[in-house]
Amino acid sequence: MPHKTFFAFILPSLIAMVLFIALPIVSVIVQSFHVEHGRVLVQVESCQPFGGCTTETRVDTAAMAELRAEAPMGQFNGFGTYLNRGHLAVNEIGAILSSNTGFGDVVSRIYNLPFYKALSFTLVFCFVVTPLAMALGFAIALAVNALPKPTKGPVIFFSLLPMIITPLIGSLILYWMIQPNGIVGATLQNLFDNPNLSLRQSPMLTWLSLLFYGVWTNAPFSFVVFYAGLQTVPGDTLESAMIDGASRWERIRYVIIPHLAPLATFVALVQLMDNFRVFEPIVGFSAEANATSLSWMIFNDLSGDAQLFGSAGATSVLTIIGVIILLTPVLIRTWREFNHKVV
Amino acid sequence: MSDASVSQKRPLGLNVLIYAFIALWVVLAAFPFFWTVWGSFKVEPDFFSRESWWNAIFGTYTKAQNDGNAFTGNGYYGAWVTKEFWRAVGNTAIVTVSVTVISLTLGTLGGYALARSGQRYAFWILIIALVFRAMPHITLVSGYLLPFFQLNIWGVLPTSIIVLVAINQPFTLWMLHSFFLSIPKDLDESAMVDGCSRFEAFRRVIIPVMWPGVVTTGLFSFLLAYNDFAVTSMLLSSDNQTMVPKISSFLGSVQEQGNVMFAVAAVVSATVPLFILVLFFQRQIVSGLTAGAVKG
Repeated sequence: MPHKTFFAFILPSLIAMVLFIALPIVSVIVQSFHVEHGRVLVQVESCQPFGGCTTETRVDTAAMAELRAEAPMGQFNGFGTYLNRGHLAVNEIGAILSSNTGFGDVVSRIYNLPFYKALSFTLVFCFVVTPLAMALGFAIALAVNALPKPTKGPVIFFSLLPMIITPLIGSLILYWMIQPNGIVGATLQNLFDNPNLSLRQSPMLTWLSLLFYGVWTNAPFSFVVFYAGLQTVPGDTLESAMIDGASRWERIRYVIIPHLAPLATFVALVQLMDNFRVFEPIVGFSAEANATSLSWMIFNDLSGDAQLFGSAGATSVLTIIGVIILLTPVLIRTWREFNHKVV
Repeated sequence: MSDASVSQKRPLGLNVLIYAFIALWVVLAAFPFFWTVWGSFKVEPDFFSRESWWNAIFGTYTKAQNDGNAFTGNGYYGAWVTKEFWRAVGNTAIVTVSVTVISLTLGTLGGYALARSGQRYAFWILIIALVFRAMPHITLVSGYLLPFFQLNIWGVLPTSIIVLVAINQPFTLWMLHSFFLSIPKDLDESAMVDGCSRFEAFRRVIIPVMWPGVVTTGLFSFLLAYNDFAVTSMLLSSDNQTMVPKISSFLGSVQEQGNVMFAVAAVVSATVPLFILVLFFQRQIVSGLTAGAVKG
């Protein structure tokens, strides 16, 4: 296809992506180097007929508005926002490392810094939910494949629901059930005979319920992909494995799993990307006291009364760097494959 | 794999295990939805019962407050009429339909070009699209807000629509690109030999055969727009909110006033269209998920 025709076809799509994905990334980077204007203070002397005069310090709103209109992004701050306590917290980490009472102390104090708290939950969510959801999805795929034909359709229908559901709505539905006065929460209280048991009370239980939600909503995707993969397992190979006396387990281990391995890489990649942006369940479960994520931090900065664009920008840039690190192995592999194909 | 001989030889114990596992999974996947739909017709002390969840099943308090009737539509009345949820439903309809149509229009043209080009830059565009696909949406939102305030286009539906279209493009391009690869090249090339221009060939030959792929991709564009929370909650003013941000803003106010059932009813209302979607398009959704996987 000639270059001109190619670009004529793809131009609308490219313009949309450049304007609303590439430029915002630039805008985020620029923002992250700025910080909100300091408050302009004025001394006001107010005199009362009998009380004498007092001087008060007030925020000069007119001057602030003018300053905002002139430079809406705020003042230049360099890497200041990146290094402050709300983000990489370089000074705090230095202090923790230089005076501490052992490894546990270091870990717990670093965990109490907001950025590292969010980062640790995001990473745990990514790397716990993804493999568990894939394992569950694979198990469901194997089981559904063994079902008689007429039952497969309805089972697939119900299996799709947790994946297709709006994340915020799905997490609300689960959250209402696990509340102490919801059906699951109340049953757990009875089961453990502890009327104060609440999945929100401890960070541990909050994390567990969020991870449960993650597996619940991610498993169907692995299931569908693996189930489709199972339909393409060559019958001959399976049969010859049986003739060679391979047990059921050995057939799964040595025929089916190797056959599905390329699909598994794909599923892992997609789910890691999606889980890295974990955000809605934290809002739905109102879990922000015990679990925060990088996306939630950005949302929180932006949704307050004073929108902290600089802070949100810095977290965004750090998140994007995280995404790129996560993607690097895939990008390198795709690049090699492409070169291989061309040669 | 679907060998009759294989399945017949399965020992009884294994069969029991399989059925028990499937039953457990189906309950896990579906029960929360049925429970919430059922509960949305009860009053709050029943659905959020401190005494016993049998109240939610028999509707003890619902009967007491409702002249012996075990079901009530108060939650729905409160959500749709008092809280004007219908506005949000209308906005969601506008946003999802526009996003789907525009994404598909841009995506088919772009995906077709990518599938037929074979140039090195086409590969690069796909790779960059993959990186864009991985961007958490909220990071982009923090880049939009300030420019949109400056341009005075914050808060209205068209802005959100365009943004969602753009966010959706990487995925749409990948999906339609791999779909067009499966349409033989000879088809449009022979049309061009007969004297069609590239665009005419696309219009006369490709468009008639592309609908299965477009429908599948469209389903996922629809889902992205429908399920979005990050973009719509930050970019729409409270009058223009779509369903999902509306529900999230419900939560705070409604909980204080003791009207949680409004939120429950709204949540159920927002789930119904998805239910119907899966009911009718199950096969397309499954094939779409797999198509992406096969291509990798």
